[in-house]
Amino acid sequence: MAKPKVAFYWCASCGGCEEAIVDLAEGVLKVVEAVDIVFWPVALDFKRSDVEAMSDGAIDVAFINGAIRLSEQEAMARLLRQKSKLVIAYGACAYQGGIPGLANLTEKEAILEYVYHQSPSTTDGAATRPQQHIKVPEGELELPEFYDAVKTLDEVVDVDYYLPGCPPTGKITFQAIEAILKGELPEKGAVLAGDRALCYECELNPTKPEKLLVSELKRVHQVILDRDKCLLAQGILCLGPVTRGGCEAQCVKGGMPCTGCFGPVERVRDYGGKALSAVASIVDSTDEKVLAKVFEAIPDPAGTFYRYSLPSSLLRRRRMAVSSRQEIS
Amino acid sequence: MNNGFSPSIVGFFCNWCTYLATDLAGTSRMKYAPNVRVVRTMCSGRVDPQMVLWAFRHGADGVLIGGCHPGDCHYQEGNYKTLRRTIMLRKMLAQFGIEPERLRLEWISAAEGGRLRDVMNEFTEQIRRLGPLPEKVEKREAVAA
Repeated sequence: MAKPKVAFYWCASCGGCEEAIVDLAEGVLKVVEAVDIVFWPVALDFKRSDVEAMSDGAIDVAFINGAIRLSEQEAMARLLRQKSKLVIAYGACAYQGGIPGLANLTEKEAILEYVYHQSPSTTDGAATRPQQHIKVPEGELELPEFYDAVKTLDEVVDVDYYLPGCPPTGKITFQAIEAILKGELPEKGAVLAGDRALCYECELNPTKPEKLLVSELKRVHQVILDRDKCLLAQGILCLGPVTRGGCEAQCVKGGMPCTGCFGPVERVRDYGGKALSAVASIVDSTDEKVLAKVFEAIPDPAGTFYRYSLPSSLLRRRRMAVSSRQEIS
Repeated sequence: MNNGFSPSIVGFFCNWCTYLATDLAGTSRMKYAPNVRVVRTMCSGRVDPQMVLWAFRHGADGVLIGGCHPGDCHYQEGNYKTLRRTIMLRKMLAQFGIEPERLRLEWISAAEGGRLRDVMNEFTEQIRRLGPLPEKVEKREAVAA
């Protein structure tokens, strides 16, 4: 039986998910033995035209990481969807928008203005913006369109499975590849990680009180952690209770609270809304002024609660100013 | 200023206090603005911020949460949770360009039919002045989660 054909591609991505594959370390050799990688721009020399030349469904699995912000990324996602039997949204960006998704708190015009005109390292003479179409002596050049909002992968193509995480851990990546090789995948649309909230995997769980109440919220740079006690019980903003498990609580083991990169547990539609609910509920006060003061420890609720999931959220993006409104399909 | 706009407001009212106040306003034949679509929950503490976000996404110009007065919650502390969540949620809505005033939390007891009428009228007028929520992401008829 022929080895399954696999493709990896990156959209609006930091490259961490590509690293995660490489980070399988000796494990990657097992992967490389078991599958035939037919497209992986970051590591191998196959071209887009090689993919275009394949027949539909010729690729068994395409792992696509990164969010969608450029028309080129959408086009590549659609091409890979056409040529693949399975498409897996790999990593938090493809699944829920990821860190690049936080750009949805600002606007395209503001971003381009800052990057190309206002940033401290931009010299006056270089005040020019990339254009989508430009005529040069050699001919006409084209650049992709920069969308008004960051989108998740499943907003542009039909996604079969999701591997959450920033990046997904080696363990869940391996488990997914094994499941594919054995033909033991669950129902379409499943998130291939844990079933329960992170707390159940965390070794500090026994120290989490039944009735959890805190009198103040603390940021990690303000305290020295007690490594033997539930972080949330110490007032440190740990999103373990609302975050899907499967990562073995690596961040907590490393002395940092969970920031929610595995996304929500099942049946939660909007991660940030749930995280906000859980965190706000445990503050031990009934006085509006005291609560407002305690909440000063979270100066950026959208960034804190939607760190990885803003494009997938119910509101998707900040309301745009009238002059720059465009149809977000 | 009448800009000819009729606000769409969703009201999440707790079963034991605010919803009964609404009944009382009705049986007392009080007249008030018809703009609030009432959703009854057993406790204001049941109101998940996701519900508020869902309402704003699907066409609400304002959201009103009604619960029992502090200390009187039928389930002891549910309304305290609502208070905490609402304060944080308003702070976050501002980052989305949604004015915090569009989310209102009121304690209205079962005996306060008149107060309910006043809040309905005041809030409707306040939202009318704020205007429609710009650029609703989904059209009202496309209601898929």
